[in-house]
Amino acid sequence: MESTPSGPSPDAPADDTPHTPPAEIDLHPSSSEIPSTDSQGRDRSTTPEERPPPLPPRPTTLTLLDDGGAPPRTPNPSQPALQSRATTAVSLTDIASQDAGKESYTVRSLPGTLKARASLSHLTSARGSEAGDTASIRSSVPHGDVGDVENVFGDFLSTESGLIRQHSSTGLLQFPEFQADDVEDDFASEFEPVGEIGEDGDQEEMVLEKWKAKRKHYLILSAAGKPIWTRHGDGGLISTYVGVIQTIISFYEDSKDQLRSFSAGDTKFVIVSKGPLYLVAISRFLESDTQLKLQLEALYMQILSTLTLPSLTHLFSVRPSTDLKRPLQGSETLLSTLADSFTRGSPPTLLSALECLKIRKSHRQTINNTLMKTRVSSLLYGLVVAGGRLVNVVRPKKHSLHPGDLQLLFNMVFEAEAVKAGGGESWIPVCLPGFNSSGYLYMYVSFLDLREDAGSAADDSTTKEESVAIVMISANKESFFELQGMRDAFVEQLEKNGSLKIIKDAVDKGRPKTTDIVPGTVLHHFLYKSRANVQFTMSSWDPDFSTVSRRRRLMSTYNNLHASIHAKHTHVKIHHCVSQSSSSFAWVTPIFEFYCVAGANANRNALAQSASKIIEWVHKEEERLFIIGGAVSSVAICLHLVDVLICRRIGFLSELFFLIYI
Amino acid sequence: MSESTSTNTPKPSSSVKLVLLGEAAVGKSSLVLRFVNNDFQENKEPTIGAAFLTQKCSLPTRTIKFEIWDTAGQERFASLAPMYYRNAQAALVVYDVTKPSSLTKAKHWVAELQRQASPGIVIALVGNKLDLTNDGIDTAGEAPAEADGESAADGEEAAGENQEEQDVASGDARKVPTREASSYAEEEGLLFFETSAKTGVNVVDVFTAIANAIPESSLKSGRGAGAGTGQTSLGSGRPADDSRVNLGERGPATAKEGCAC
Repeated sequence: MESTPSGPSPDAPADDTPHTPPAEIDLHPSSSEIPSTDSQGRDRSTTPEERPPPLPPRPTTLTLLDDGGAPPRTPNPSQPALQSRATTAVSLTDIASQDAGKESYTVRSLPGTLKARASLSHLTSARGSEAGDTASIRSSVPHGDVGDVENVFGDFLSTESGLIRQHSSTGLLQFPEFQADDVEDDFASEFEPVGEIGEDGDQEEMVLEKWKAKRKHYLILSAAGKPIWTRHGDGGLISTYVGVIQTIISFYEDSKDQLRSFSAGDTKFVIVSKGPLYLVAISRFLESDTQLKLQLEALYMQILSTLTLPSLTHLFSVRPSTDLKRPLQGSETLLSTLADSFTRGSPPTLLSALECLKIRKSHRQTINNTLMKTRVSSLLYGLVVAGGRLVNVVRPKKHSLHPGDLQLLFNMVFEAEAVKAGGGESWIPVCLPGFNSSGYLYMYVSFLDLREDAGSAADDSTTKEESVAIVMISANKESFFELQGMRDAFVEQLEKNGSLKIIKDAVDKGRPKTTDIVPGTVLHHFLYKSRANVQFTMSSWDPDFSTVSRRRRLMSTYNNLHASIHAKHTHVKIHHCVSQSSSSFAWVTPIFEFYCVAGANANRNALAQSASKIIEWVHKEEERLFIIGGAVSSVAICLHLVDVLICRRIGFLSELFFLIYI
Repeated sequence: MSESTSTNTPKPSSSVKLVLLGEAAVGKSSLVLRFVNNDFQENKEPTIGAAFLTQKCSLPTRTIKFEIWDTAGQERFASLAPMYYRNAQAALVVYDVTKPSSLTKAKHWVAELQRQASPGIVIALVGNKLDLTNDGIDTAGEAPAEADGESAADGEEAAGENQEEQDVASGDARKVPTREASSYAEEEGLLFFETSAKTGVNVVDVFTAIANAIPESSLKSGRGAGAGTGQTSLGSGRPADDSRVNLGERGPATAKEGCAC
């Protein structure tokens, strides 16, 4: 490690890093001190007093591809300092402003600070932000050709790759993975129930132990302090913790200062208060405040979806001490499956976008036409969804579909077993808070049996990914049989014109592997979000990320990339991060966001080339991968999704509109 | 699907709308799943809204196609119930034999049906989870333990209810005596069964009994041979004694035919 090319002493910035002993809660009550506080983004000048609070530890060394043999989780005080050296936060900022690769490396690898810190810190210099503007112009060229990217990275090849290799071989391998995001194999137990305490309290210790071992907790409580829902454990188990949380929250509330987040050791607490409810996320994964906040808002949307806003408000206005558990009875599994999808790592939530099934444009058009032809008057929305991927959608004029609503619907239909396990057709009153939070719509759901050997009833052999659902939504609660009739006619037509076969083939084919797109590529996985369409596409989880824990590690890498590139006040357009076990790369332009992950020793040039090849591929296949707007005719159903995300900031679901207009 | 249609000769076929009502978690969906798919799932997630399923039921003289509305038991869905029972010809009101409060809730449903549903609706009162009691002979197993905690909480609600015979045996989670429910059913002119969706005991019998109890006149299709009508028996004996209900028996169901409930 002596060969570190960095200037400042490695020890100096260690004070900023979260070395707080776990017992000591590091509170950051004042909103101005908390990075993700206010969506308006108070312009925080970077005076020493108002330095950003300690950022969470970053997963610079994720063992992405290594399931077993995780090193012992011994806390090592010198860890952050050492870890940071493996990180090379590459951005065009640096590249554009530096002539010599070596010099830029010095800037980039601020010793002892964490990666995101490093990327934040260029912005404090005028030069950095100036360069950032330049960079943004450069990278905004939508179909950036390979040559450009090569130039961008060319500077580094001679100096950088050698250095990185040297580091990873000499220094880093000796040190344990960073403990906070060292998602080991026990990740599978994350979703297991903690059990119940016996009547005589004999198992209390064991249950509590299990409860504490969970890496992620969600708590929902009323402002009066009544526990409403928790992902792990029951009301009795968590009541003391709920009491503590409520006390902490109301302490700040009393002084008219809303507590939004704090951390204790490697654990982050994020609080969202919504009217009479407090939602709390406690995470030991490396998730940013904003990401956790988005998750909590989705949980709140689920509650609204069950109760509607007026009835929620009414319940608490009549009796502030209302026990919301009862009205929510039966919907706990929806909250839990939603929470678990966040804990597992959910690309749609991370990107605030939705995924479509890849089929030919003409095929999609055929299905559209069929849907239109069989449409009945009471139909508000009609969707064909294959394992959470949208195939088609029909909607009335002047109504939009909100991605947050779709997330709730897909969670209900595909993740929660309740609907599918019933084995029949379902008729579900549901409030879509993005559409209208004050009333219920009625949703007809039926699953298609796409298997060849028709005749036997749909059974458990079809997985979530493979099941295809017809979802039809109406404002009329009496319209079940009308929609059922439409569904029968629709499916019959699809059968006739071969669309069912096309859907089935597309589902069977699954997502492409990165090597299918770019033969021999170093990339293991990628995410591509089309900002204009608010849709994303990604490569197959297989073969590298088929297990839950590998997938979680991959998603942590993405979380991290996403957080760094969207960090407030950053102007980063390209971000390259190398760790012991993986190298990851993010590229953001006004057109798209691209994230990918490759093996640890991937050559940066190869990485960049693969990345742009994939982006090229996506552009070529755009009309198959995404449901593209652009009014075709006044009758046809067009999808136009408007992404009102402000660049460089993660938008909240509520800011995001998914508009489909005719 | 059509496990119960066995004969080849075409019989008159008619459809019967049936609705399941009852408190949450008494096993409504499990009963339907057993009847329709002959399947059982442990720890089934609560139904959201309602599910619509169909199943045929073959009687000696006719085929009945049940169109089943399996409703969610949670209170917040209660206001939607009229939509499902409004045109129903039959209703299954389900309670949990290990949970007295669920019988109370069932009684409320019966009253509501008698008040609001179409006159002549055939109502069956069904006590489910028989496998958790000593009457559910072969399958008692580990189950009683898990039911105990839940029932204990509701213990006080059972006050005044006659439990003596069932509580004698150890490990019996039964909290609602058969006699109590059956006499109530008799008073109200309901069909009565105790079932186990888990083991399948009595499940098909409930539906068959309903099919038989539907008055000929309310069936859409042509008349069958007239058998079966009004000849349903109530499972008035202990379910352990008659795990199969003799459909040809005497029964208060005949009386019910006349009652315009």
